[in-house]
Amino acid sequence: MVGQLLGDAATPGGLPLAIATYSYQGAPVLTMVSTPAWGDAQVSALDDDEVRRIRNDFPVLEQEINGKPLVYLDSGATSQNPRSVLEAEQEFYEQRNSAVHRGAHHLAVEATDSFEDARATVARFVGVQDDELIWTANATAGLNLLAYSFSNASVGQAGAEAERFALKRGDEVLVTEMEHHANLIPWQELCRRTGATLKYIPLDDAGALRLEEASRLMTARTRILAFTHTSNVLGNINPVDVLVQMAREVGALVVLDACQSAPHLPLDFKALDVDFAVFSGHKMLGPTGIGAVYGRSELLNAMPPFLTGGSMITTVTMEQARYLPAPQRFEAGTQPISQAVALAAAVNYLSETGMQRVALREAELGQRLVTGLSAIQGVRVLGPEPGEERTGLAAFDVAGVHAHDVGQYLDDLGIAVRVGHHCAQPLHRRLGLTASTRASTYLYTTSEEVDLLVEAVAKIRPYFGVTASGATS
Amino acid sequence: MSGLDSLYQQLILEHSKIRSGGDLAELPAAAAGSVGTAGSVGTAGSVGTAGSVGTGQSHQLNPICGDEITLRLSVGTAGDGQAVTEIHWNGDGCAISMASASILSEMAPGMSPASLRRTIDHFRELMRSRGKLEADEELLQDAAALAGVAKYPARVKCAMLAWVAAEDALRQAEANQGVSEAL
Repeated sequence: MVGQLLGDAATPGGLPLAIATYSYQGAPVLTMVSTPAWGDAQVSALDDDEVRRIRNDFPVLEQEINGKPLVYLDSGATSQNPRSVLEAEQEFYEQRNSAVHRGAHHLAVEATDSFEDARATVARFVGVQDDELIWTANATAGLNLLAYSFSNASVGQAGAEAERFALKRGDEVLVTEMEHHANLIPWQELCRRTGATLKYIPLDDAGALRLEEASRLMTARTRILAFTHTSNVLGNINPVDVLVQMAREVGALVVLDACQSAPHLPLDFKALDVDFAVFSGHKMLGPTGIGAVYGRSELLNAMPPFLTGGSMITTVTMEQARYLPAPQRFEAGTQPISQAVALAAAVNYLSETGMQRVALREAELGQRLVTGLSAIQGVRVLGPEPGEERTGLAAFDVAGVHAHDVGQYLDDLGIAVRVGHHCAQPLHRRLGLTASTRASTYLYTTSEEVDLLVEAVAKIRPYFGVTASGATS
Repeated sequence: MSGLDSLYQQLILEHSKIRSGGDLAELPAAAAGSVGTAGSVGTAGSVGTAGSVGTGQSHQLNPICGDEITLRLSVGTAGDGQAVTEIHWNGDGCAISMASASILSEMAPGMSPASLRRTIDHFRELMRSRGKLEADEELLQDAAALAGVAKYPARVKCAMLAWVAAEDALRQAEANQGVSEAL
C-alpha cells in the first residue's frame, strides 16, 4: 500500500512521520521524507510556550477581526513576517539602497554584498552552492524560467551544449495529477511549443500517487519529470527518492516544486538529488516578489537564458551577445534586492528556530487538524488519513455547504482559511470536488487555534441547515 | 443581526436549497430551435409558432471560486408587449450564488425585457455600492434580501452570477426572436 507508515517509525512526539514505506515494482521501498537529519531523535517539536513567544515576533497576528482575535490559518497561501524580516528590508532601504553588480561607489558595493550574502544564506538553507541559486519573482516565475529556457534550447539557442534540454515531437514531459497549476501550465505550454507530449502520474482515490503507474509512464521518451514535494491541498509528502530513482533510470531531468516544503521541512536539494527545484519567499516568512530556482551548476551553465537584457552579459555587439555564467545569466534587469535581503532574514529566523523542530510541530498540528475535522459528521478531509504522514495543513469538504460559505462563516469568527480550488483544479476534479476549504498552519500557530477551527467547523452544517445525512433540509 | 446573519438571511438560506428554476431541462434549448454551439449563443426562434418566442442561453463562470451557471430564458408576446415567459438554469456554487439564481427565477417570469434590465441594473449598482446604497425593495422584491452581500466585496460576483447570465440570455433571446431593442 502506497504511503502507509511503518509502525515503529514513530518520533519522540509520538507521531510517525520520519520514514514512510512505499511499494515500488512490487517491493516495499523505504524513503526518508527529507534530509537524514530529519530523523534525529534528540530534536523535539516546538512546544506551545515557545510558539506563544514566537507569536510576539509577528505584529500582524496581534490584531482582531470582527472583534475576535485573528486566527490565521492561511500560511499555505502566504505566511506572515517576523519583525526581523520587516526590519531587514527597511534597514536595507535606509542604509544601503543601490543597484547591484554595477557601479563602484560605496553604496553599490554594500548593496551588492548584502544581495550576494542573502543568496549564500538562502542557498545554504536548502543545501546548495551559492551559484546554483537564481532569484526569481516567485516560484511560478521560476518554473516558467525553466520551461522557457528548455523552449529556447529546443529552437537551437545555446548550441550543442544545450541539446540535452531540447524537446521535440515524441519526447514526453511527466507531471502528476496533484500539481499546482504553476507546475502544470508552463509544461503544457512547453509541450505545445515543442511538439512534445505531456503525461501525468495519476492518483488513487485517496489522493496518493500511483507509483506503479509512474513506473509504467517513465520511459526513454521521458525527458522531464516535474512534481511537487508536498501537495498544497493534500498535505502529503511525495516519495522524492523513489521518483528520482525512476527518472535516473530513464535519464529524465527532475524538477521539484518545493513551494510547500521549503517553508516547512528541513531541506537539502543535494541530498534529494533533484536537478532543479523552485520555491517562493512569501510562503517562508519572507516578503512577496522573491523566489528562487535551484539548478545543478553544470546544468544551469549549459542552459540558454530566458529573460535577456542588462546585467547578464559579458560582451554585446549590435548583432549578438555572450552571457555570464549562472546565476547572473538568468538574472536580467534590476533584481528584487531588498526582498532577497529580507528573505535571508526570514531564513535566518527559521534556521535559528530549527527546521526540524518546525516540521515536527507542524506534523503535530496537521494530525490535530485531520483528527478533529474527520470526527465531524459530514466533513471529509482530503489526503492522508489520521495517523498517516501529513504536513501541517488540511483541506476539507463540508457536505452540503460550499467552500465559500464555509470560509465566510469562519471569517466572521476571525478565522482566515483558503477556499476554492487552491490552483489545483485537476486534483479537485479527481477527488470529485470543485472546491474545498484549507486550513494551513505554521510555526506561529497554536494548538488552541486549531481547536477553535475544529469547533467552528462543527457548527457550520447546522448553521446552514444541512441535515445529518448530507442532504439539505 | 450579526454581519453573518445579515448576509445569510433565512430567505437566502431557503432559496439556496429550493433552487427555484434550477431545472434547466424544463426549457430545452431545442424547444425554440437548434441550440447554438458556442457558450452563449442563443437559438433561432421558431418562426410562426405562438407569438414568436425567442430563447437565449448563457453560461457564466466565476474563475475565482469555480461557481458556474447555465441559464436559459425565453421571451414572447404577452398582451400588447413582450415578457419573459420562462427562465431555467443549472448551476453549482455557494449559497449566495444559488439563492440569487433562485430568487431571480421567481421574479423574472412576466417581466418585460425593459423591466428585467432595469432590475438587473439596479441590482448591479446595489451590489457594487459596498453597502452605501439602499435597495429599492419594490423593484428588487425578494432580491433585496441580498443587499447584505454588498458589504462583502469578495462575494459580489457570487450574487451577480445569475443576473449577468440573465442579462446575456435576454439579449440572445431577443435577437433570436427577431425583436430589436424595441423596448
